Amino acid sequence: MYDVLIIGAGITGTMLAYELSQYQLRIALIEKENDIADGATMANSAIVHTGYDPKDETMKAKMNVEGARRYEKLCRDLGCKYKTVGAFIAACGEEEEAQLDILAGRADRRDIPYRWLSGDEARAEEKNLSDNVTKVLDFYTTAVIYPWEVACACAETAVNNGAKLYLNSPCTGIEKTDGGYIVHTPEQDLLAKTVVNAAGVYADQIAKMVNEDPGFAITPRRGEYYVLDQDADFVNHIIFPVPSEAKGKGVLAVPTVYGNTLIGPNSDYVDDKDDNGTSFDGLAYVRANISKTMKNVPLNRSIRTFSGLRPTSSDPDFIIREDDEAEGFFHIASIESPGLASAPGIAAYVAEELIAKRIPLIKDPEAVMTREAPVVLSELSEEERSELIRKNPLYGRIICRCEQVSEGEIVDCIHRTCGAATVKGVKKRVRPGMGRCQGGFCEPLVLGILSRELGIPMTEVVLDSLKSRILESENRS
Amino acid sequence: MRNYQAVIIGGGSAGLSAAVTLKKNGIEDIVVIEKDMEPGGILEQCIHNGFGLQTFKEQLSGPAYAERYVRMARELNVDIKLNTMVTKLTADRHISYVNPSEGAVTVSADAVILAVGCYERARGAINITGTRPAGVYTAGQAQRYLNIEGYLVGKKVFILGSGDIGLIMARRMTLEGAEVLGVAEIMPYSNGLPRNIKQCLEDFGIPLYLSHTVTKTYGRDRLEGIDIAQVGPDRNPIEGTTQHFDVDTLLLSVGLIPENHLADEAGIRMDPVTRGPVVDDYYMTSADGIFACGNGLHVHDLVDFVSLQAERAALGAVKYLQREGKARGNTIKVRPGEGVSYTVPACVHPEDPSGNVEFFFRVRKPMDEAVLEIRSGDKVLRTLKKRKLMPSEMERALITEKEIAALREEVTIAVREVQA
Amino acid sequence: MITKELICVNCPMGCRLKVEMEGKEILSITGNTCPRGAEYAAQECVRPMRILTSTVKIDHGTHRVLPVITDKAIPLDLMFKAMDEVRTVRVTAPVAEGQVLVHDLIGSGADLIASRSMEKN
Repeated sequence: MYDVLIIGAGITGTMLAYELSQYQLRIALIEKENDIADGATMANSAIVHTGYDPKDETMKAKMNVEGARRYEKLCRDLGCKYKTVGAFIAACGEEEEAQLDILAGRADRRDIPYRWLSGDEARAEEKNLSDNVTKVLDFYTTAVIYPWEVACACAETAVNNGAKLYLNSPCTGIEKTDGGYIVHTPEQDLLAKTVVNAAGVYADQIAKMVNEDPGFAITPRRGEYYVLDQDADFVNHIIFPVPSEAKGKGVLAVPTVYGNTLIGPNSDYVDDKDDNGTSFDGLAYVRANISKTMKNVPLNRSIRTFSGLRPTSSDPDFIIREDDEAEGFFHIASIESPGLASAPGIAAYVAEELIAKRIPLIKDPEAVMTREAPVVLSELSEEERSELIRKNPLYGRIICRCEQVSEGEIVDCIHRTCGAATVKGVKKRVRPGMGRCQGGFCEPLVLGILSRELGIPMTEVVLDSLKSRILESENRS
Repeated sequence: MRNYQAVIIGGGSAGLSAAVTLKKNGIEDIVVIEKDMEPGGILEQCIHNGFGLQTFKEQLSGPAYAERYVRMARELNVDIKLNTMVTKLTADRHISYVNPSEGAVTVSADAVILAVGCYERARGAINITGTRPAGVYTAGQAQRYLNIEGYLVGKKVFILGSGDIGLIMARRMTLEGAEVLGVAEIMPYSNGLPRNIKQCLEDFGIPLYLSHTVTKTYGRDRLEGIDIAQVGPDRNPIEGTTQHFDVDTLLLSVGLIPENHLADEAGIRMDPVTRGPVVDDYYMTSADGIFACGNGLHVHDLVDFVSLQAERAALGAVKYLQREGKARGNTIKVRPGEGVSYTVPACVHPEDPSGNVEFFFRVRKPMDEAVLEIRSGDKVLRTLKKRKLMPSEMERALITEKEIAALREEVTIAVREVQA
Repeated sequence: MITKELICVNCPMGCRLKVEMEGKEILSITGNTCPRGAEYAAQECVRPMRILTSTVKIDHGTHRVLPVITDKAIPLDLMFKAMDEVRTVRVTAPVAEGQVLVHDLIGSGADLIASRSMEKN
């Protein structure tokens, strides 16, 4: 019997698995999709907010501040990218400037550093900031990360510490037993003393399996984005409009870890929990609203659009608690923004404040909480590269010319713990296809490498889900 | 550090032609750097015919055309580094590359010729909404899968964009037993060569929807369908014109873009219209001794012109290498005038002309009857009657060495439509 | 008299041809810039002919498939029949460019030849 079974391998679930893996616990992590980090974790603004935005006395505020405090060390430990870029909250006119004072007040109470800039001072640092911006509040410790990299690293480390990951395992039912729960999936029934519901947009459906009236419902809220090419040279800082009650954080410009720019998101409630497609109106909204804070927006340098679903609930705050009726069943629900930034805080809180009440947490002396970062060839010196290529010539064959990813790195990411088994899985982990050609040149090569390394025919290699086959048939067999 | 007389980046049609030209002109110490396992570039997957009529007076397939140049290069002992990716180029002509046998190496060169080719615009660059399942490919990607790897990507196909690769793939997949339901083109005219419209679509009864675009994709795992809609003059979809097609495959043939990241990182000046480097009449970029040609400079319609242009760029490099400190004097700009979207080259040297210069340009819209006019300031150098001009076809105009030597004012190349 | 407008497919120039016909008899051809344009127009009005390009399975080659081409045009209406034949062809590396792989493909008079050389892997 598992001590803890976590439903959902997004950033919240994987981070909790990682946090729990330092203890002497048997941990299971189940995921309905064919890879880690396939839901909201794959499609968000990738920002570690410092925690100035949530209202006082909320779980959001508490978790965000704690999460942000832990992130830099966490990324260092896990060998993940963490880039401090700073966040400009850009006010246009007196009314909005007054809103900035409220944010500054919250920041003061939470010990979050910031500085004030006039519109012109801000424009000196950000040439494309709109001329309408009159005042800027700069939360200069705000960082960006690669969310799925962190999730993959957490899962990998947890599994190396003994946790078990079950992919393609949607939870189809849960039964209460004397000592805990039986969690049904299509392939197996899993027994666990405690269960954590980290199922994102499906958290309400999971909750209903143990409690007819769990007290919350999730309505997905779609956010759509443009990704601009690395050479667009658009922003250095994250640029936010002044947040509003109705529209949330608004349409942002975000410089990503790898030098691309995200423009988005909009915010549209949708009925279908799987409806993560982009929409004509949504992208039009993004195009129209980015001009509130920015000028010269180079949308013609867009290389991709994407959308993600925020698991927004009836409760404006995060829902992080034990179920009212089901003892040892914990919900981590309604984890919308700042969920990514809060994840390390949530993981620690759930472990220490919730699970510890049911199961004693005893440190595992064998647990290794750090991860050796994968080799990134493009970040090495010429001597280091040559040395590596001498040992393994696969590092000398560049597969993705946009992102300069070598065959060696791709093979590594397939064979690591919780490694890639799909084209998107490889893209997520080592970036071939993330660049301007969007895999035009490298996808056939990546597909060939996956086929060879996994020992499966080319026609069985999938893009992402088990049914997402890329090749219809062998021609001339 | 190893120094070459010339390093050619790219071993496709442009790079091979440049290398052969350099060798024939006595530039011996050269190397071609090619990322793939064999030379030939994109021609290897263009197995259809129609190549080489200008160059060889024959109808060749892409691979056969490439093989002619590979053979010439081999006969002239051109050193070709295969499986080798250039990772960095600097303005002072240091070239860093990586390959399995040598590792990571930096070399220098007296001259560099960029012959890097182009890439296809992907889905993100156009406004298709909906899901992002498997089953959406660029036409070139599907072409590679079919012609090199030997796999068919799907059975029920729609194609967005009437670019030549898409048209070629419509025929190719039809002959392989796939059903091609149609081709949508956002412009009111086709973007492919007329012969491809005829023999790739009309021959097989595949409908071409002009002024239409794909607006939405459906399917969570694999593509299940698409919507297309008619577009207005603003190229936005018109409400109420949506048609749905159940397809498992969408091919995108929506434009080619010169691959420019090496030039860009080297700080070379780029042309925002062609998206390739700005070059002079020697095909030299803004970086001294770095030359550019082929689809990495601007996208061509015929490979024959790629080879031809690469020859000229190589001759430019030969003159550059043989030059001894001679001042080149002023440059005169050559600009696109009315009806023309770009001209390559973008300037000439009246005090040091490279010879007769043929300018490559494209018109902005289709014209039945038109007049080409080349002016320098107020002076008209030449007017020529032109018929049946299409943006999909590259046009050429010559200015003689003598005319260039006499230039004092900026040159414009314009094309005006005339009513027949 | 009827007038047919054609696009010449001989080369990428795509000349617009005009053919004046009476019944099955051609009276005039205009718009061509080379003699092959006229030949094409004449043939096109009787029985359209096209070059076929495809791939065949190759064993022990550097790739799985080998590009092939017919050495002359074959009737358009026989394309699918020709493809059925092409699908059955299997060759072994090495192959030289221009090497004849199938003589007189489906009796069309055209040979199917290798579009490129391919070494043994």
